[in-house]
Order: sequence, then C-alpha cells, then structure tokens
Amino acid sequence: MIELEHVSRRFGDQLAVDDVSFSVERGTITVIVGTSGSGKSTTLRMINRLIEPSAGTIRIDGKDTASVSGEVLRRGIGYVIQGNGLFPHWTVARNIATVPTLLGWDSSRIAKRVDELLTLFSMKPEEFAQKFPHQLSGGEQQRVGVARALAAEPGLLLMDEPFGALDPIIRAKAQEDLLAVQQRLGITVVLVTHDMEEAIHLGHRIAVMDGGRLLQYAPPAEILARPAHGFVEKLVNGVDRPFRLLSLAPVSSIVEPGTAEGPPIAATATLRDALSELLWHQRDALPVASADGTLVGRVSLAALRAHAGAAA
Amino acid sequence: MTEASETAAQPLTARLDRVGIVVAVIAIVGMDWQSFATLKPNRLISGQGLSLAQSLPTLWAAIGIALLSIATIVAVLRTGALLRLAVGIGSLLLLAVLIGIVPATVVPPDNSYARVSPAAGFWLMAFAFAVLTTDAIAKLQLGPLARLPMLAGAAIAVALILGSGHWDGLSILKEYATNAQKFWREGAKHIELALGSLAAAVVIGLPLGIACHRNATLRGITLPVLNVIQTVPSMAMYGLMIVPLGLLAAWSPLAASLGIRGIGTAPALIALFLYSLLPVVANTVAGLGEVRRSVVEAAEGMGMTKFQRLFQVELPLALPVILTGIRIVLVQNIGLVTIAALIGGGGFGTFVFQGIGQAATDLVLLGAVPTIALAFTAAILLDAAIELSERRRL
Repeated sequence: MIELEHVSRRFGDQLAVDDVSFSVERGTITVIVGTSGSGKSTTLRMINRLIEPSAGTIRIDGKDTASVSGEVLRRGIGYVIQGNGLFPHWTVARNIATVPTLLGWDSSRIAKRVDELLTLFSMKPEEFAQKFPHQLSGGEQQRVGVARALAAEPGLLLMDEPFGALDPIIRAKAQEDLLAVQQRLGITVVLVTHDMEEAIHLGHRIAVMDGGRLLQYAPPAEILARPAHGFVEKLVNGVDRPFRLLSLAPVSSIVEPGTAEGPPIAATATLRDALSELLWHQRDALPVASADGTLVGRVSLAALRAHAGAAA
Repeated sequence: MTEASETAAQPLTARLDRVGIVVAVIAIVGMDWQSFATLKPNRLISGQGLSLAQSLPTLWAAIGIALLSIATIVAVLRTGALLRLAVGIGSLLLLAVLIGIVPATVVPPDNSYARVSPAAGFWLMAFAFAVLTTDAIAKLQLGPLARLPMLAGAAIAVALILGSGHWDGLSILKEYATNAQKFWREGAKHIELALGSLAAAVVIGLPLGIACHRNATLRGITLPVLNVIQTVPSMAMYGLMIVPLGLLAAWSPLAASLGIRGIGTAPALIALFLYSLLPVVANTVAGLGEVRRSVVEAAEGMGMTKFQRLFQVELPLALPVILTGIRIVLVQNIGLVTIAALIGGGGFGTFVFQGIGQAATDLVLLGAVPTIALAFTAAILLDAAIELSERRRL
C-alpha cells in the first residue's frame, strides 16, 4: 500500500505538484492521467524519490520513504520509462541483472532469475540473453525494460509512459502483457500516461491530474459515469464514452434468463463486444455461452442500453 | 549479346579507375623526372640530380621502369581491390629496394664524403603508390582494426630493410650512424614528453570534464579559457614558460632540485599539457553529453549511486568520444614535441634544429621522418582502440 499525504513539489517559484493525497491498494494498477505539465511524472518520481517532495509524506507499506537512502529505496522499486532506457553497452542478460547485481546477489541466482524473466516475457533465453539492445525490435526492448524492472522481485512497479514510443499494435500487445504479468505476480503498479483510453483499459483506479492538482481519483467506471466538473469532464466527454463504459464490464454482469436466436457470445466477452455482435447480426438479443459452451442465458440490447447511458 | 561485345560497347572511361588516373599521372611524372636521387660531393654542398637510368645499373633500371610501368597500367584500369593492394605494396617495396642500390652505383667505393639521398622523382612515385595502396585499403573497406596487421607488416618490412643494411649508403642513415646513441636517447625523450603530457592531461582533464558536464557554470568558464590557451602559438607558449619557471626555480630550491628550470623538460611538459587539456576536457563533456537522457535516468531509477552511474554507464558510453580526444592530443603532441627542442626540451626536434642550423637537410630528415612515423602509428593504434570501444554502443 502506498500513501501520499499532502505531497507538494516546487521548482523555483512554480508549484509542479500541489497538495496531492491518495493511496494505492496493494496488488492493483493505478494510472495517473494528465496532459504534459500536469505534474503526473513528478508525482510518480516522488514515490521513488528521483525527485524529493518539497512538502508532505509518502509511505510504502506504512514506512516513510524518507527514512531510507534514495538508492536503497529505488533498488526495491521497479522502474520503467518511456523509450525503455536500456544500457546500450550491456547485453540483455546484463541489463536485466542490473538491480540484482547492485543488491549483491550471487551469480547463479542472477542467471536463474534472468532466464525466468525472459521466459515470462516469452523470449527464449538462449536466443536473447546475449543480444545487445540495438539488436532487438521496439517491442522486445520494451519487454526487456519491464523484465529489468522486475528482476529483484519488487512489490511495486512504477512506469512512466512505458508504451509511449510503441506503435499501436505492439502497444496493445504490451498492455495485455502488463495486465497478465501484474495478475500473475500480484504486484502493485503505478503507471503514468497522457492517454485516457490506456488509463481506462489498464487502471483499477485512475488519478486525473491537471496543473499540479489531483482532480479526481476513482475507478474508471466512476470517472466515465460521474466525471468531476471541468477538466475531467472535458477529458472523458467524447463521442465514444458509452463504448468505453461498455468495455469495462463482462457480458456475465448483465446476463438475463431466457433464450435467443443467433451465434452465442462468451460470458467473458465485454459488453462492447456484445453490442458489436448484436448490431452486426441485427438482433435484439443473443444467447450467452459459458466457457464450456453451455448456454447460460441471453444478453439484450435493452440491457446494454441501460448499462451504457448517463444514468449508469 | 556476348560478354566480349558488351565490354567493347562500354565507353573507355567506364573501364578506367578515377583514382588510378591520378596515381598514374603522378607516377609517370615521377618516372620522367630528372632526379630519382641526388648525389652530393659532401653533406653540405648542394648536389646534382640523377635520373632513374643514371642512378642505377642498366639491368636494374630496365627492370624498375618495366615493373613500375606495369603497376601504373594496373592502377589506371578498373581492377580488383586485392590486386591493386598487392601492386601498391609491391611497387613501394620495389622503390625501397631500388633506392638502396643507388649509392653503390654512383659513389666510388673509396669516397666516404659523398651523399646520396632520394629526390623528387622517387618521392613522387612513392607518393603515387602510397595513394594506390591507401585507396585499395579503402576499397576493401578494412576497418581500423584490420589495419593493425598492415601497420605491423609495414613496420616489420622497414625494420628488415634497415637491419639488412640495404639502405646504409643513403645519407639519412649516414647521419644516423654518426648520431646513433643520441637518436635513441632523443627518441625516448620524444615519446616520454608526448605520453607524459598526455597522461597529465588525462589525469587532470577527465575529472575536470566530468565536473564541467555536471556544472554549467564551470563549463562556461573552463572551455573558453582552454580555447584561448589553444590559440597561443607553440613558440610563444614555450617562451612564456621560461620566465615564471626560471623565477620559481630561483625562489624555491625544492623546485630546482626537481629539475624545474626556465628551459628544458619542465616548460616543455607544461606547455604540452596545457595544449592537451582542451581536447580532453571538451571531448569528455561532449561524450557525456551524448549519453541518452533516458539511459541516465534509468540508471538513477534502478538505484545506482552517482559513482556507479558514472563508471558503469556514463563513462563507458562516452569512451569513444573521449578516446577521439586522446587521439587528437597524442598526434598533436608528437608533432609539438619537435618544437620543444628549441628550449632544450629534447626529442627528435633536436636533429631538426641542428640540421637547420648546419643547413644539413639529411639531419633535418633524421628528426622529421621518425616523428611522422610515430604520429602515424599513434593515429592508427588509437583508431583501432576507438573502433573497439564503439562496437557495443548505439
């Protein structure tokens, strides 16, 4: 659990972060969203003290981060930045081993961990371990960057625009990888982005920042349905707001008893997928199938409409 | 269409090598030049030029002209790079052999005053085939590392010819024979001055460069000052050293006992050190500045201390640029040491200035030729080091 209490940061006479407080639950993904200059990166960097707060306290698992040296603190926190920042003169294996080496792990433990992580990110150790960063594709570099951050088994991972430099297809893949790894390892993630779509897709909770202030801190569904007045409203009030809302819930959440004609939809699909299918097949309802293929009920256009509107 | 007629259809210019044409023109001019070698009655009187035919026995002259003509034709035509390299090196070796035969041909055995030295014709041809060789190396796309064996080969060839005594009749080696002991002593001094001032510049300049990289104010002061130092002419710099160091020696017995005087090694070392600082500091600043911001931030974010960041990440990544600065310094210093002889600093410059004083060109060459060879060798060695350090950097 991370707690920020009345945290501020001043650069000269400019207040980059202005009295921000929020807490992040263990094992969740929190996304800080904002435009450039909103103070989102500064907030993130104050958590691992790359930037020292001018005022306020930050605690990780109840312990004040100011109570240990910055280097020791950072070795215990994973850190991923845009453009990955891999060390170009070191092999993939040496890059991943950075923090374990700083922590003084013995070499056999490091080698084992490097293999483990490369395998976790579906990169064959014997193929990739001895390559240099410039021999990798953008997506591979990004994965090595995350693997490096996770090397010393940190409970917390900080990511500063980690997918910003990737093209859309690789970016979507990297996002899915992150969700899978986070679920598997149960780590806490704090991620900074300027992309609301990404925030809604990845975040359990979203913190919207502007001009150094925290405007709203809530789960994505609440941000979409009840955005705070002003900036947050402007940020989410796009034409595709209903679709974003629908994409947050699975079909199983609105399944109703009864049957319907047409191809069945998986209960795990999102409501957005269900709407798409209904429109395509020109039907008012479609059957819903569970994972083993048995029909468990139906999903109707009316139920979807009720879920997607402003009243939800 | 057959291959032969296709070749015939090509315009003449397509079958000629552009660099080869230049090489050929220079080589032909060199061959026709009236003086392949110069014969002087003694070391001070100006001599008389001898053509290739005049300076060699008929058979050797014929072989020489024939082989060099063939080499010239190979150079002009579009031929394979390996063949051109072999022909270039072969021609240089042939010239080396021919010039060694001249003294025995034109000087009576009982005359020990007469001097024979290579003249314009020889130098033109040597230049032409050196160009052919370098061009072939460039065409083969040999990197700096691959040039190391070539350098070693050239050094061994020169050592073998010198060791065999084949060139002993040439004037420069006659000068060497009378100065042998002094030659090696001054050579050692030359290298000592060049490397010593470089070492001092690295020891001081590298930390200064790192400090300048981190502190913009310091950078704003240091670099302009070093720039100004760099513009002081070397003669003036040596002169400027004389008074303060002389006073220091007079005032402090300790300084005097360390050998610090207005003239000699100390002012030479200090002047060279001052010239060396700018390239070392400026390239350290540039090299560190080129390290990507994201890489530095990642190092910091991983929990590296400032020292770990500097030694594990920043310096290794800046190394090629820093080495480039060191290369500039070393080659520059090897040249500048020559002038240090003026204030009693020693080095190969001693022969150059003695030679100028006595109007003895051969003595000047005895100082100049090894200086050029040293600078050339240093450049190739450091180019290889730079290439090695660049391999893993992108």
